[in-house]
Amino acid sequence: MTAIPDTPSRPSSILEADARTRKRNAAEKRFRMYGLGAIFVGLTALVLLLTSILMQGLPAFQQSYVTLEVPLLEDTLDPSGERNIDDIAGVISFGYNGLIEQAVEDAIETQGIEIEGLDDPAEIVSNQAAAQVRRFVLANPERIGTSETFRFLTTSRVDQYYKGQVTMASAERDSQISPQQLQLAEALAEAGLLEQSFNWNFVTQPDASDQRPEAAGLGVAILGSAYMMLIVLCLALPIGVAASIYLEEFAPTNRITDIIEVNISNLAAVPSIVFGILGLAIFINFAGLPQSAPIVGGLVLTLMTLPTIIISTRASLKSVPPSIRDAALGVGASKMQAVFHHVLPLAGPGILTGTIIGLAQALGETAPLLLIGMVAFVTEYPDAPPEGFFDPATALPVQVYNWTQRADPAFAERASGAIIVLLVFLAIMNITAILLRRRFERRW
Amino acid sequence: MKDVRADERDTTMNDVKIETKGVQVYYGENHAIKDVSLAIKDKTVTAFIGPSGCGKSTFLRCLNRMNDTIDIARIEGEISIDGEDIYDPRVDPVQLRAKVGMVFQKPNPFPKSIFDNVAYGPKIHGLASNKAELDEIVETSLRRAAIWDEVKDRLQAPGTGLSGGQQQRLCIARAVATSPEVLLMDEPCSALDPIATAQVEELISELRTRYSVVIVTHSMQQAARVSQKTAFFHLGDMVEYGETDDIFTNPQDPRTEKYITGRIG
Ligand SMILES: Nc1ncnc2c1ncn2[C@@H]1O[C@H](COP(=O)(O)OP(=O)(O)O)[C@@H](O)[C@H]1O
Ligand SMILES: [Mg+2]
Repeated sequence: MTAIPDTPSRPSSILEADARTRKRNAAEKRFRMYGLGAIFVGLTALVLLLTSILMQGLPAFQQSYVTLEVPLLEDTLDPSGERNIDDIAGVISFGYNGLIEQAVEDAIETQGIEIEGLDDPAEIVSNQAAAQVRRFVLANPERIGTSETFRFLTTSRVDQYYKGQVTMASAERDSQISPQQLQLAEALAEAGLLEQSFNWNFVTQPDASDQRPEAAGLGVAILGSAYMMLIVLCLALPIGVAASIYLEEFAPTNRITDIIEVNISNLAAVPSIVFGILGLAIFINFAGLPQSAPIVGGLVLTLMTLPTIIISTRASLKSVPPSIRDAALGVGASKMQAVFHHVLPLAGPGILTGTIIGLAQALGETAPLLLIGMVAFVTEYPDAPPEGFFDPATALPVQVYNWTQRADPAFAERASGAIIVLLVFLAIMNITAILLRRRFERRW
Repeated sequence: MKDVRADERDTTMNDVKIETKGVQVYYGENHAIKDVSLAIKDKTVTAFIGPSGCGKSTFLRCLNRMNDTIDIARIEGEISIDGEDIYDPRVDPVQLRAKVGMVFQKPNPFPKSIFDNVAYGPKIHGLASNKAELDEIVETSLRRAAIWDEVKDRLQAPGTGLSGGQQQRLCIARAVATSPEVLLMDEPCSALDPIATAQVEELISELRTRYSVVIVTHSMQQAARVSQKTAFFHLGDMVEYGETDDIFTNPQDPRTEKYITGRIG
C-alpha cells in the first residue's frame, strides 16, 4: 500500500477571506444582481403595461349623459288616436328623430342658450335615443300626448370632448361634430342637463354599430365567455380528472400508455389556432353545429384545456405519497376505494388549481375563436342555457380584438376597458386558485 | 423444512397458519426470491432477518398479495393460508388483505382523525352495522394496540399529529380493526426511537396471543427479543429457518453465523 499523500494545506486564518473565496463571493453577488435586474425589468414592464391599459381603458367606464324632456306628440306617434299598439309599433325609430330634435330645441329655449351658427343641435344626442324613446312608448302607450324626461347617451364625440380626445380645433374638421355643438354641450352641462356618470351599460349592453359607439357594451361577450367557461368546466374537469386517474393509478405501464403520455404533453404545446382549425373542421363542417356559438367555442377550448388539466392532475396525484395508497390497500380497500377515499381528496387542491389555471387560459384565448366565427357582430343576448349554448355570441378577448379593428376612438377606449374586465376576471380566478391551495393544502 | 418444524423445543405446538411452497418472485429480470418454502405457525411471532436487499419485504408482501400492485412483479409457487391458496384466481386480494393485516416501515396514518383511521377498515368491510358497534371496534382496536389511554380524549384529532411511536401503534390498531388473523409488519420500528420501539415490541408480544405475527427486522436483537421463530434470508434465498434461540445460539449455516456475528450485512 502506498502512503496517501497529504492534502494541500490551506492558509490558516479564517478571519481573512482567501482569493478563491473572494472570487466565489463576487460571482454569487453578480448572480444576485442579475436576478434582481431581471425582476426589475419584468416589474417595470408590468407596471407600464397596466398603467397604459388603465389610462386608456378606465374612461370606458365613464360616459356622458344628457337629460331631456321629450314631448310624446300624438300627431307623430299615434296619428289615428286609437292607442292601437300595432299602429304605434308601425312608427319606426326613424320617426322619433323629430321628437328628439324638438326636445333639444326646447331645452335650448328654456335654458336661454344662444349660440351663433348652431346647426343640427340634436346631433349631440346618441343615435340610440330614438330607439330608447320608442321602446318606452311601446311599453307605456298611455303616456302618449304627455311629455317625459329621458336620460340619453350623448354621441361619442361629445363624450370624447369631455375625455380630452376631441377639441374645438378637431371639431372644426370633423363632419360628425361642430364647435357650436360642443358649445351647446357645455351650455347644457352648465345648466346641469349634461353630466358624466358610471357606465354600467358598458358591462351589460351588447355591442353596437359604428353609428353609435357610445352604446357599445360587453354584455354579450361576457355571457358568451361565461357560457364557454361553463362548458369547459363541465367537460374538461370530469374528462381530464378521469383520464388522469386512469393513467396514473390504473393503467399498466406499456408502449400504448407511453405513447398516450407523450401525446398529451405534446398536445399541451400545440398552438391554439390549430385547435381552432380542428374545431372548424369537426364541430362546424362535419358535425354541423352552428357557427359563432358558445357550444363550439366551449368544445374547442375544452380540447385545449384538457392537456393542462390532465398534466396538473397527474402531478398532484403523483405528489400524494405512495404510503397512503399502501395504507389503504393494506387494510383491504380496493384500488378504487384507495383512490377515491384517500388519494383524490389529497390531490384535490392541486387538481382545482390546475383546473382554474386551465380555465383562465381558456378565458383569454382568442385565435381559435376567430376561426369558428365567434368574431361576428352580435347585438342579441344568447338565451339561457342550454339553448343559449347554440345562439350566436362573442367572447371577451374576441371583443377586444374586434374593437381594436374599428375606427372610432370610442372603440379604442372600449377595447382597453374590455381588457380591464378580462384582467379582473383572470385575477379573480387566479386568486381563487391561490386561496383554495392555501386553504386545503396538506392538512396533516 | 419439515425436520426443523419437528424440533422438540417447539413448545407452542400450534397449527400451521401460512404455508409457502417453492415461492419465486421476479421483478422483471431480477430474481428477488428463490424457491422459498416455509410454514408459519399460528399465535407465534415469526421474524425475517437478513441483510438489506435480500428480499425480506418482498417475501412478506407476497403473503397478503401487496406485490400485485407492482406491475413488474411476478410470483410463482404456492402460498396458502389455512390450507387455502391465496393466489387462486377465485381469491379477491381485497378480502385477503382484511384477513392478513399489514403494518409498514414508516408510520403511515391517513391524514384524517384518529377515529377515522381505525374506523376506515371496518367501514369498508361492513364490520359494524351502527355507530355504537363502530365505536366499540375502534376502542377495542386502540386498546389492543396499547394506545387507547393516550388518545381516548382526542379521537377526533388528526392521526398525523401523534408522535412517531404513537402513529405506528395507531397503524397497528388500524390493521387490527379489520379482525385479521395474521399481522405482517415490515420493519415497524425502524423509524422509531428506542422508547417507542420498546413499546411497540411489547405490543407485538401481546398481539401474539391472538394473531400470527410476521415481522421483518434488520435488528437481530429485536428478532431475539420478540420472536419465537426466525427465518434468515440472504440474496433471495431463505438460508435457515427455525426456533429463534437456535438460530442465534447454534446457527447451522455458515452464512447465518457470519450475519449474526456481524460479518455480513
Ligand atoms: N418495487 C420493486 N421493483 C423492482 N425491484 C424491487 C422492488 N422492490 C424490491 N425490489 C428488489 O428486490 C430485491 C429485494 O428487495 P426487498 O424485498 O425490498 O429487500 P429487503 O426488504 O430485504 O431489504 C432488491 O434487489 C430490490 O432491488
Ligand atoms: Mg425491506
